Amino acid sequence: MDAIQKRILEEVADLHGVPEGAYNIRANGVSTDRRSTANIEITSKEDRSGIDIHIKPGTKNESCHIPVVLSQSGLEEVVYNDFYIGADSDVVIVAGCGIDNCGGKDSRHDGVHRFFVEKNAHVRYVEKHYGQGNGTGKKILNPVTEVHLAEDSSMEMEMVQIRGVDSTIRTTTAELAERAKLVVRERLMTHEDQRAESIYIVTMQGEGASADVVSRSVARDDSYQKFDSRIVGNCNCNGHTECDAIMMDHAHILAVPQLEANDLNASLIHEAAIGRIAGEQIIKLETLGLTEAEAEEEIINGFLK
Amino acid sequence: MLELKNVTFDVAEEHQQKEIIRNVSFTVDDNRFVVITGPNGGGKSTLAKLIAGIERPTSGSIYFNGEDITGLSVTERAKKGIGYAFQQPVRFKGIEVLDLLRIASGDRRMSVDKACGYLSEVGLCARDYVRREVNASLSGGELKRIEIATVLARSPEMAVFDEPEAGIDLWSFQNLIRVFEHMREKNRQRSILVISHQERILQIADEIIVIADGQVHAHDQREALLPELMSNGNAVNMACSKLTGSMEKENQ
Repeated sequence: MDAIQKRILEEVADLHGVPEGAYNIRANGVSTDRRSTANIEITSKEDRSGIDIHIKPGTKNESCHIPVVLSQSGLEEVVYNDFYIGADSDVVIVAGCGIDNCGGKDSRHDGVHRFFVEKNAHVRYVEKHYGQGNGTGKKILNPVTEVHLAEDSSMEMEMVQIRGVDSTIRTTTAELAERAKLVVRERLMTHEDQRAESIYIVTMQGEGASADVVSRSVARDDSYQKFDSRIVGNCNCNGHTECDAIMMDHAHILAVPQLEANDLNASLIHEAAIGRIAGEQIIKLETLGLTEAEAEEEIINGFLK
Repeated sequence: MLELKNVTFDVAEEHQQKEIIRNVSFTVDDNRFVVITGPNGGGKSTLAKLIAGIERPTSGSIYFNGEDITGLSVTERAKKGIGYAFQQPVRFKGIEVLDLLRIASGDRRMSVDKACGYLSEVGLCARDYVRREVNASLSGGELKRIEIATVLARSPEMAVFDEPEAGIDLWSFQNLIRVFEHMREKNRQRSILVISHQERILQIADEIIVIADGQVHAHDQREALLPELMSNGNAVNMACSKLTGSMEKENQ
């Protein structure tokens, strides 16, 4: 792995070397390094590009890293990863993709992830997207995530894209059984003429299920963002979705929170707020000695923390 | 030392200029505790904003330690040693109390213990608050105390508080008096300028300035002015309006 790839790996997975636990590192279209553990088995798919990750029932406090690095301009790939999370387990999965594009051709990685979370299992999923490089070719990421949560299981998803991705369409669908719980925290910042769309469709099928899908985003320069989140309640359940966005410069933001209740006992809430940084926030930080630009940075960093 | 010379501040209102502050001049010497009081709508908060640089005078000048700061920005004035506590504190999503205190102090690596010290001073149980976000989950009274703590952490040479007692309950009101006393004990060069209606704050002032109708109606030592303000009951507003009335008669 070269220096550029190592740098991207640090950005997307906070990795400075080989991670602990199970991992699969994919660089420029091939798996370059992989380790399975006693409880987490990673195998290549036979029929198409991608991997299967099997986590044994009862696996506790273990992690699995599956970062993807693209540094070859013009490489376009679709990768299928399936996660089978055994009952009663409690694991952390760190995904993420970074693209370095110094060439004139577009580079694109579309990761299709499916999660089958068994009864009473808990998953924390972290996905970071990052782009760098001065080439004219675009850096494109279109992740598709499909989540199936069995009874009493839960999943926390942290989706982060702060810098360098020119175009992204993120599609996440989830189906929740009885008492299953889904929490999504999305943090997004777009620059220049970047475009980012987030689409969520969360369906609560089982009694007592709950879903909380929250996006905080900052759109700068001429960038465009769309947040399209739909929470469907087909039973006695609780759902909440929220988009909280800061606009700067000449950016555009479209927030489309949607609720669909098909049961009298479905309790669903949506909130959306879009606005510029409040002038008094900047003034307060200026009275503490920060310049206007420093105050803006501080406010955005806090907002996206 | 802070000096205002002939400061006037106009705002445009329905195609005409309205004078909010009219030709105000006064000086706050080092190590003085000065309370500005007067009726609501008289221009007190505007005066505090003019000193902090949030508003700029239409005419006149403001000097700090002999330097003309009239043209300086909020940031530049803060760096020169002017601190300002908002009447209505600002909320920030995602910024923690600790972050704000670190920014205020200028020490980005300020220890949690030290930050807790500032919170304890304003009567907040520090461990419960230091990692809280400065957002809508905090009550008005909690935010107000955190606002005061940011000024303590900043430790400015000239601290301006705009109605620090607003929204604070009785217990922390007594605490607030102690906060001002501690500030003075810690730094003898420091001056404190408080905008307040509260008799108890007026009682610890060295000097009192009465602002009404955008003008200085009285400026004197507390001993000289307070009895007159309080002679007709505790309501400063009433006293001020009385004072304003008697001054207008004298001027006629």
